[in-house]
Amino acid sequence: MPDLYFGAGDEATEAEKDAVAEALADYGPVVVRETERLVHAGRSRTRERRHLLLPALHALQRSAGWISPGGLDHVCGELEVPPAEAYGVATFYHLFTHDPPAADNTVHVCDDVACRLVGAVALIDDLRVEGYHVKASPCLGQCERGPAVLVQRTGRPDLTVTAVDDGPVTTSEVAVAISSESSTPSVSLAQTGSGDLRLLTRVGVVDPTSLDDYRAHGGFRALEEALRMGGDRVIAEVTASGLSGRGGAAFPTGVKWRGVADQEGRPRHLVCNADESEPGTFKDRVVMEGDPYSLVEAMTIAGTAIGAEQGWLYIRGEYPVAIGRLRHAIDEAYAEGLLGDDVAGSGIRFDLTLRSGAGAYICGEETALFNSLEGYRGEPRNKPPFPTTHGLFGEPTAINNVETLVNVPPIVLMGGEAYAAVGTKQSPGTKLFCLSGRVKRPGTYEVEFGATLRDLVDLAGGLIAGSEVRAVMLGGAAGSFVGPESMDLPLTLEATRAAGVSLGSGVVMVFDQHDDMVDTVRRIAEFFRDESCGQCVPCRVGTVRQEEVLVRLRRGADIEDERELLDDLAAVMRDASICGLGQTASGAIRSALDLGLLVSSGDSQGDRS
Amino acid sequence: MSTMVEITLDGESARVPEGSTILDACRRKGIDTPTLCWAENLTPVNVCRVCVVEVEGSRVLVPSCSRNVEEGMVVATDTERVRTSRRMVYELLASSVEMDRATPEVLAWMDHYGARPDRMGDRSEIVTQAQPVKVQDDLYVRDYERCILCYKCVEACGDDAQHTYAIATAGRGFDAHISTEHDVSLPDSACVYCGNCIGVCPTGALMFKTEHDMRDAGTWDESKQSVTTTVCSFCGVGCNLELHVQDERIVKVTSPADHSVTNGHLCIKGRFGWQHAHA
Amino acid sequence: MWGSNARNAHPIFFHHALRGVANGALMWTIDPRRTDTAKFADHWLGLNVGSDIALAHGIAREIIAAGLTDEEFIENATSGFDEFAAFVEPWTLKHTSEVTGIPSGAIRDLSHAYATADKAQICWTLGITEHHTGVDNVQSLCNLALLTGHVGRWGSGLVPLRGQNNVQGGGDMGALPNKLTGFQDVEDDEARAKFEAVWGCPIPPTNGWNLTEMFEAMERDELKAVYCIGENPVDSEADAKHARAMIERLDILVVQDVFMTRTAEVADVVFPAALGWAESDGTVTNSERRVQRMRAAVPPPGQARQELEIINDLAAAMGDEGWGAPTPEDLWEELRKVSPMHGGMSWERLEAEGGIQWPCPSEDHPGSPFLHGRLWERPAGGRRAPFSCVENRPPLDELTDEFPLRLTTVRALDSYNTGVQTEHFASPIRTGEALSISVADAEALGVVDGERVAVSSRRGTIEMTVEVEEYLAVGLCHTTFHFPETTDINQITSDAVDPKAGTAEFKAAAVRVERLADGKLAGDRA
Repeated sequence: MPDLYFGAGDEATEAEKDAVAEALADYGPVVVRETERLVHAGRSRTRERRHLLLPALHALQRSAGWISPGGLDHVCGELEVPPAEAYGVATFYHLFTHDPPAADNTVHVCDDVACRLVGAVALIDDLRVEGYHVKASPCLGQCERGPAVLVQRTGRPDLTVTAVDDGPVTTSEVAVAISSESSTPSVSLAQTGSGDLRLLTRVGVVDPTSLDDYRAHGGFRALEEALRMGGDRVIAEVTASGLSGRGGAAFPTGVKWRGVADQEGRPRHLVCNADESEPGTFKDRVVMEGDPYSLVEAMTIAGTAIGAEQGWLYIRGEYPVAIGRLRHAIDEAYAEGLLGDDVAGSGIRFDLTLRSGAGAYICGEETALFNSLEGYRGEPRNKPPFPTTHGLFGEPTAINNVETLVNVPPIVLMGGEAYAAVGTKQSPGTKLFCLSGRVKRPGTYEVEFGATLRDLVDLAGGLIAGSEVRAVMLGGAAGSFVGPESMDLPLTLEATRAAGVSLGSGVVMVFDQHDDMVDTVRRIAEFFRDESCGQCVPCRVGTVRQEEVLVRLRRGADIEDERELLDDLAAVMRDASICGLGQTASGAIRSALDLGLLVSSGDSQGDRS
Repeated sequence: MSTMVEITLDGESARVPEGSTILDACRRKGIDTPTLCWAENLTPVNVCRVCVVEVEGSRVLVPSCSRNVEEGMVVATDTERVRTSRRMVYELLASSVEMDRATPEVLAWMDHYGARPDRMGDRSEIVTQAQPVKVQDDLYVRDYERCILCYKCVEACGDDAQHTYAIATAGRGFDAHISTEHDVSLPDSACVYCGNCIGVCPTGALMFKTEHDMRDAGTWDESKQSVTTTVCSFCGVGCNLELHVQDERIVKVTSPADHSVTNGHLCIKGRFGWQHAHA
Repeated sequence: MWGSNARNAHPIFFHHALRGVANGALMWTIDPRRTDTAKFADHWLGLNVGSDIALAHGIAREIIAAGLTDEEFIENATSGFDEFAAFVEPWTLKHTSEVTGIPSGAIRDLSHAYATADKAQICWTLGITEHHTGVDNVQSLCNLALLTGHVGRWGSGLVPLRGQNNVQGGGDMGALPNKLTGFQDVEDDEARAKFEAVWGCPIPPTNGWNLTEMFEAMERDELKAVYCIGENPVDSEADAKHARAMIERLDILVVQDVFMTRTAEVADVVFPAALGWAESDGTVTNSERRVQRMRAAVPPPGQARQELEIINDLAAAMGDEGWGAPTPEDLWEELRKVSPMHGGMSWERLEAEGGIQWPCPSEDHPGSPFLHGRLWERPAGGRRAPFSCVENRPPLDELTDEFPLRLTTVRALDSYNTGVQTEHFASPIRTGEALSISVADAEALGVVDGERVAVSSRRGTIEMTVEVEEYLAVGLCHTTFHFPETTDINQITSDAVDPKAGTAEFKAAAVRVERLADGKLAGDRA
């Protein structure tokens, strides 16, 4: 559409062109030269294809190891995206690079709050000594088996490397993974085989690459049932179940679905937010890796129920195993007629497209996720309007988190009322929690709402020897710290709300008396500084100034000299930021301040024997 | 005629047309409200957050520039929360960028809210946007250490006017910046030198080279300038030109944002084609 | 967009068009080249140079054949439909496709899209008018609006984009041989009487000469004195040599201009004038009939004076004692008395409202955003709008084996006409003059990007640099004409002229391109 101009003047390589052609295969280029005298192009064709920008950028990064100027220009020519805009999109994401690759393998090592408790910083040093091209990474969602490593490779699929049994990942394990081209296998769950599970019942039991095995374990029965019931009844059951969003905001799912189903506008969309990036969170990954078909089934039920013709699964780019399994699951579901124009013979259309992110925490914010999917920078939109009316592509959209969606098949099968029989009145059902830090068996745990913090820690085998709880990070970096006095807090929506904390994404990260809390809190501040999209002033500059305060504190500055500034920064970020990132960027830090965790105790570092 | 909506604004009831923003309502009621990223000829992007107000029932403050009024809405524009956030926005910006060439209005608001950017720390110890000025041709100067990332230039270059899309926001967080692709020079970019980005820049980060050179030479003196509105001669569209004249010479050309022909935007001929008047 | 590269020539108009596109409007571009404008279009139709009437007739015939005409509108507001329908009957899709070079499916799609659209506009510029059939071209487009009722309504219409800031205003003011101010006929006794009463002097009762007729009169020695204001006929007339000879025959030539033009150089008296847009007060009228105030911002240099002052002094020197020294505002108030369509535009309103579109008959009238609304009155007000049976006639400069390429002249964004005004700023996007040719022609000629070539037409040969352009049709080449001092394109452009409008056929010359032996022109020009 626009008068494109390619100032860089570089040409794409044939490999890059091939990779881009494959990524765009289903849609073709914008400009169609029908004859020498007739060319079709224009804004509607450009608009229809803009969402292919992100997959095209992935194709470039994968094929060449970077987003080369020639490659970017080529994509821009095919999609008629102005190169400056495409460059703006490409530079938004951590996993896209803009210099020729320094090595065939880029080793991203998580040095975020959980992994830095278990040797991440040392691993980074070791890998660098051995000559690896290493980048420190925000949380990679492998907190139960850190330090986590993601290997991004030119021309080949990405790999994750994590601890398997005891002891952190070593450099030789990284080398073995690269040479064997295989990620560390998924972990088994402590609860595997437990009869009470609803959401994790098949994880570790079913073959995640086999649709038949999924069926053999009861898979797709809920979809059949849902199609028989019809959309309105499905929504009614979901409403009756009291299911609320598990992404952190806890909005009633049935209300959201009803809202979209009642929209006149078409097309409608169902989006699954699988951009699990909250530090300390890994439960969705466990479900997607261990039981991918359940998410496909859940999305299909949701999509057909609300009348969405198109489903989008947006999964964070740091989850190569989950991406691979879900792609396979979707392909098989299409092959079996469970997706497409005629879902399971119902005559209802539901298409499902998987898109992977490229390293941006902010894209877990629903409107930022829409922008990212649409091929724009993942900058959140102002709300209102809300996704129900103006979501993806400005069209009616229901967006749900993975955990929320996988609750749906059990609800359909058992009925909303039966579903609500467990948990509490205001928090019915079960919840997944991500236990990490100083517990014996870190991992994903499914419990009925109402379990206390202590129950969860006990479920995870209790604290490691010699540890005493100093603080627990609840709900992730966007959540808050609680002290040992809160161990009997029931983890329900109502109880946490009353206590002024949030369940968030279900993070329970335990710190003990030896842990350097000032450094932990500084790392959280760094995380927000790195992950701020930069759009609004309070968050873009506020997160930087906040981190600077934390750095000063760690160097020994007096908290009393900084308190007023921290208060003001917290106020402007909380009150005036566009989205939840900025609004919560000071929460954990404020709670740490209130708990007295920000008094630097010089002896806490490296004191673990 | 449009339906009216009744709201409460700083304790007084006000009737405003449906579809108005809170900012519109404030202006109708004579409540002065600071803005940075808002402009009457651009789509609101509500990124600067300096126009925030308190709306009853809203957990967080609300950008008045882009939130439409609703029946019964209760709005407060001068609460402690509002004042704190507005002051902080100015302090955060001024601790990062040079604000001395911002519009007089911006400087007056900073004073009004008592902004003290120095308390963010010594300039040498905190990160800022300090960087060399970009002079790549004879028409434009881009001085991004004055850029507050208000997105106005991107909008004027893109959907709101020129549809050239030569610049966009690149990078992320504090590293987010306005850039051509791969930071190629402006003459190598898609830029067609309409000057509409400069026309909307509120902080002097983007400047016509004539003005920039005069400022550097110390000869730029707005107190000696007159502004005369006339009509461009380079085609039949009838774009209004505002000729800024100092010492009987044209020193800058702008266009009125409220004129239906240009909406404040010009092309390269209208913006720079005046030089034959002094040939 | 038909024969209009508004993206470059009318950029701010195009902002408005693009806003419409963003709101869902479809854009079709009809142009021999895939211009910067065409790149924004949903569909670009690359017709043969000078086949506009053929395409218009093909579209008309398809609209009629498909039963997509607005029958009620035709019945009520137009005349000559039956004759027109019969006239365009031979222009089947197939025949039209053969003549225009556009696939017939695209012609059908465009016809149906235009006819069935709720609102549709046809915008054009010099791609329509700079032909020997310029007037006929315009009329063929008008036919389409009449067939479909896309005229006289908000959002629909025919939009000629003016090339200068006061082309419209000149006509409004009566700078036409057959019109008084406000398009009132010179030969209308009643109108003339009104003017005579206000002006206090008699007005010759017969039409004057147009420019072509003036030169004929010079040749007959009937026209011996010329007062030439803001025009440079020595450079701009199609047959420049003849024009210069005629001007040199004059007994007296007075030239009033802002530049020392080549016409001024041969004048007996030169009045240096102030620049209109920056040094003078007054009004101009834009393409949408919007009268706007023009204001002096800087004083004119040297001896240059306000044009009104020059005329005032001239009148005094000629002995008119009643003339006085009217100001621009005085003149405007006088105009309002004699021109009803300007009657409601007080000087104060023009100041306050930033422009008013005529007709604006009274001070409480808001001005008129569109014309011809009368065609929708029942019965239609005024004269019925006639269909025009105009013939498709190809460009006069024929393509032959000797001159096989069609050369058309185009405009760049950052330059204006012959560059006299725009050469004074250092445009970073100015690339100079080049001859753009198609990939296939470049290969056939064995020339590459950046190579210097000889370009010859029946009138001369010049040297140019080649630029190979993707999407350019085989057999077509183009160039701008902004740099006459280095590349004098008008040495080779066609000397054909539209007899109705006097406009030269700048859009269609027949040329030959040759490689340069040893980088030099061969033969006598070497």
